[in-house]
Amino acid sequence: MLVWHSILYAQQRFPRPEFESGYVYPANQLLNQRGPVWEYMDVAVLIGAMLATSWLALKKRSRQGLIWVSAFSLAYFGFYRQGCICSVGSVQNISLALFNDNYSMPLSALLFFMIPLLFALAFGRVFCAGVCPLGAMQELTGFKPVRIHKSVESVLAAIPFIYLGLAVLFAATESQFIICRYDPFVGIFRLDAPYTMIIFGSLLLLAGIFVNRPYCRYLCPYGVLQNIFSRFAYRHLTITPAECTNCRLCEECCPYDAIIPSDTVQVKERPEVSRKRFLLYLLMIPVMAAAGAVVLYNLAPALSTVNSNVRLAREIRLETEKGVMAISKAAVAFKESGKTENDLFIEELQITERFRKGAPWVGIFLGLSLGISLFGLTIRNVRTEYKPHQGRCFSCGKCFKYCPVEVKI
Amino acid sequence: MFLATELLPVIIVPPAPGKGFVKERKTVQNSYPKMMDEKKNKYQSRRDFVRAAGKLFVAAPVLALPVILARKSSSAGFVWQIDPFKCTQCGQCKTKCVLTPSASKCTHAFPMCGYCDLCGAYLRQGVKTISTGAENQLCPTGAIKRRFVEEPYFEYTIDEKLCNGCAKCVKGCADFGNGSMYMQIRHNLCVNCNECSISRSCPSHAVIRVPANDPYIRKDKS
Repeated sequence: MLVWHSILYAQQRFPRPEFESGYVYPANQLLNQRGPVWEYMDVAVLIGAMLATSWLALKKRSRQGLIWVSAFSLAYFGFYRQGCICSVGSVQNISLALFNDNYSMPLSALLFFMIPLLFALAFGRVFCAGVCPLGAMQELTGFKPVRIHKSVESVLAAIPFIYLGLAVLFAATESQFIICRYDPFVGIFRLDAPYTMIIFGSLLLLAGIFVNRPYCRYLCPYGVLQNIFSRFAYRHLTITPAECTNCRLCEECCPYDAIIPSDTVQVKERPEVSRKRFLLYLLMIPVMAAAGAVVLYNLAPALSTVNSNVRLAREIRLETEKGVMAISKAAVAFKESGKTENDLFIEELQITERFRKGAPWVGIFLGLSLGISLFGLTIRNVRTEYKPHQGRCFSCGKCFKYCPVEVKI
Repeated sequence: MFLATELLPVIIVPPAPGKGFVKERKTVQNSYPKMMDEKKNKYQSRRDFVRAAGKLFVAAPVLALPVILARKSSSAGFVWQIDPFKCTQCGQCKTKCVLTPSASKCTHAFPMCGYCDLCGAYLRQGVKTISTGAENQLCPTGAIKRRFVEEPYFEYTIDEKLCNGCAKCVKGCADFGNGSMYMQIRHNLCVNCNECSISRSCPSHAVIRVPANDPYIRKDKS
């Protein structure tokens, strides 16, 4: 209270008037947000939509139904809730809360992070199928699917891993929430955003007409987690309602290249060769992880520039050492604030140190991901049916109508 | 090699000269059911075992999250607010908010106001006459209303619908007056972004997270 008073009266240049006409101060109308109850309403809607999608995708096998759930999610989580709160961004809250003691995260954000992942573990990527407003938007506008060549697809599919790694690093170091900042569709939900993001979002939507779900496949960081969790799903959507007859009708239907064909191609290879390759790629995993750690450790100072304090410190240092005037708003505010340059430089050092500590883990994550996915190529599966790749499949149900097998009740 | 044989029943086939890989694989495949019967194994194959282990491996951290974050989560949540004591009235609030016009608006702490005739927040610097003429007003949208109370006092109120959050009046009031005008993010307008986009570009780090049940930092609290 004392502090408040001192600041308050430091600025009191003119005395408080003593009114004689019985004047009363008008009340300040500072309105509050809708209550926290509504946050839990969102969680309830999320669970409801997830259950509906799981049932429609796995049991009812209705593409039509999934489209309706998508439309609902787009309307509720997208246009009504205006894209906030969302599971994709909650990754950053988790990271910030895990690595910083002074931040405690909203419980609803924790639930929004966990529930879709637990559902992925149970039923595959049903969250992507119809609950995520970003996915729903692209699902509803993907009119003319074009298949991408496998080589291009697999290179582009590596971007989300890098995006996730950096987003977690930047959130953990209290620098930025890049996932929210570069969310391409939130501007469309709010009908208001910087024009660059509107252009980016519109271009993605336009591209999505042909290359379906471009954000989900080539950018979405939460999709990476969904991908990993869905691989271990307890139950998963199937292309055929009964037994696959290997008719190959569904072979070309998936726009996401997520159908793994029945293993009919017989590779004639000497076992020693495959064994050797298997071992080589297995040994490559730790090597790649180590390489990733080294690369990211060396990139840490460069990455730390996303932190505004580091940028400010570098600007100020440039001024003191080379005489280049620091004119940015942050620099002006810093000079007004009366903090010493030394404090700022110490802070910069601390932040860079945190990046040095965190970045190698991102490198290890990226190296492991790359290593394990390459290693996966050496394992040969025996498959007698066409089935969805559990990591890549969005459970969108486009393949249902291609399967001629019917179950008679 | 031990690991390889454990993981991969498919490629552990002993190399037989002259025989194709595929043929050998079939024999392995056929031997599965027999193996299962003998051992009464819970898992159908080693691959299923790996899958189950993987399930546990990825589920464990997620299930552990609420335990780890139990101390660090709050049920009420947070919203963003401008700390008026840190604010330097740079005017970024007007342009950096995701909303147009910005959700951050000028607020007037009436008990702090001097009710001056010559108001640094209402009038531009160096005006010839003190009047309500548009050419004299500092506010670019004319959002401040001036009303005569009693000699020599004038009351200044802010029309929030017109305020665009440029903070020119706040600066004027801080420089020449009592500092009774200050910026606050209006929570009936704010969409509560995960990271406030004003906070990202605020040069004085004045935009901070505050508990959602007490979302305003009032200057006239005392």
